[in-house]
Amino acid sequence: MAVMIYNEEFETLPREVLEALQFKRLQQVLQRVYHTVGFYRRTFDAAGVKPDDIKTLADLSRLPFTSKQDLRENYPFGLFAVPMSSVVRLHASSGTTGRSTVVGYTKRDIDTWSELMARCFVAAGLTKNDIIHNAYGYGLFTGGLGAHYGAERLGASVIPMSGGNTKRQIMILQDFGPTAICCTPSYALNLAEQGQAMGVDMRSLRLRVGIFGAEPWSDQMRDQLEDQLAIQALNIYGLSEVMGPGVAMECSEGREGMHIFEDHFIVETINPETGAVLPPGEEGEIVFTTLSKEAFPLIRYRTRDVACLITAPCRCGRSHVRMGRIMGRSDDMLIIRGVNVFPSQIEAVLVGIEGLEPHYQLVVDRGGTLDTLEVQVEVSERTFANADEVKVLQKMERRIVKDIKDYLGVSAKVKLVEPKSLQRFEGKASRVTDRRKL
Amino acid sequence: MKVDQISIFLENKPGGLERVTRILKEANINIRTLSIADTSEFGILRLIVNDVEAAVRVLKEDGFRISRTTVVAVEVPDRPGGLHSIMEVLSGHDINVEYLYAFVEKSGENAVIIVRFDNPDQAIDILIKNNLTVLPGAKLYSL
Ligand SMILES: [Zn+2]
Repeated sequence: MAVMIYNEEFETLPREVLEALQFKRLQQVLQRVYHTVGFYRRTFDAAGVKPDDIKTLADLSRLPFTSKQDLRENYPFGLFAVPMSSVVRLHASSGTTGRSTVVGYTKRDIDTWSELMARCFVAAGLTKNDIIHNAYGYGLFTGGLGAHYGAERLGASVIPMSGGNTKRQIMILQDFGPTAICCTPSYALNLAEQGQAMGVDMRSLRLRVGIFGAEPWSDQMRDQLEDQLAIQALNIYGLSEVMGPGVAMECSEGREGMHIFEDHFIVETINPETGAVLPPGEEGEIVFTTLSKEAFPLIRYRTRDVACLITAPCRCGRSHVRMGRIMGRSDDMLIIRGVNVFPSQIEAVLVGIEGLEPHYQLVVDRGGTLDTLEVQVEVSERTFANADEVKVLQKMERRIVKDIKDYLGVSAKVKLVEPKSLQRFEGKASRVTDRRKL
Repeated sequence: MKVDQISIFLENKPGGLERVTRILKEANINIRTLSIADTSEFGILRLIVNDVEAAVRVLKEDGFRISRTTVVAVEVPDRPGGLHSIMEVLSGHDINVEYLYAFVEKSGENAVIIVRFDNPDQAIDILIKNNLTVLPGAKLYSL
């Protein structure tokens, strides 16, 4: 069967043509932000660069970065490049660590976003004949409405479930027979687990594709989701500052890295410490410049997400560069006694142990002068069904301690806990409690 | 001749046991006997109830991690050496006792001991051959 591509012309542009298009759009957006957004005029001037100085794509690196902190300082509308009369929608990030950031969209921005989400669905092998169960939260969070508009643009039938009410979600999955589901990977696991507890055969549902994002996850978790729900699980990437879901999407043919829609975004990887641009293939912090956004353009926005870029051609035929799995957020990165630890690495260790599930919480504290890391792990149904003996569970604890030490080089205390005693968010999973008073 | 036992994973925190007993009470399930094995961090609560299927269902619905294991109920004289009579007949056989605990109520003049063997079928054979009384689950649930 031929590979389906939603916007074949733009998604398969030859590299030189794509870069020429990027450069033309970059010049336009730089002129626009310099003349309409005070923040960019000030930072460009401080760096001694004018939009006209940018004569090639490589010159982009002469421009200053934009950080999450800059967004917070311009709360709520300070970075908007159009008057509010042109803004048709507002979204905001959750703001768990400080002020939230607010983003705006013009009618054309919503249109672009819808198209990019439709591209994602087609990359996942969906058509207008599919029924899409959208369990991303609707509201200020971009996930719900972003996926919703994309599904409608494609012409698929969308079920606007939003998050929460898991029992009802399972009933709808059975009764409406959706063929695809969008949500966070941890919520999908939760659905699979609760469905099984309710006696529902989650593998015999009509679901065949899962589009999971909004939090980092691992290949082992992908295997688990594919096994428990009998689906193909694909990774989607986006963040509200840059647009929302649909900035990048894994294709079902390649399943290795997410194509970044380069006709609308320029991506760079940088050394998070020095800010130097890294060659493709090297792991670094992902930085985006938006090329077509009207209301909330961003220049060299530092995402804090750590990943690498894959430039090798993909078997699906899309020419857009891919970004590998997010290794972690530089914000999430914990430094335990001098060792860098990403929660995603702990997760990889846990799912690597037979019978364990990646439901965990990390508690970092400081006893005296030493950092301590406690890993609280939910006892899975499978583990406990085969072990009603204290010594077996203690052996499991020791195995986790050893694997964390072996793979991450850090000593942790492991505590087995009851299921559901750990908070499971339907948006982003918050897995870390840092009690250190630094 | 075997008995169904339910094991429940509990964290060592206040209220855990109360949650279990409340759920079972609300489902009108009678706990015949129980034992707890614990460490400083967690414990395993083991129960024999009058309705195993219903108990597993309501506890699972409430999110508890449950396992079902097969144990053996042996009737022994309620006097010194009663427990020893079980150990004695099994010595010399390659059977391990994982854990054991006593049943709350007596069966006439006798005490009932619940034993988890690594090989329950073989253990039952040996116990019966040596004239010990092994109680079937049905009898125990209604004792
Ligand atoms: Zn591809």
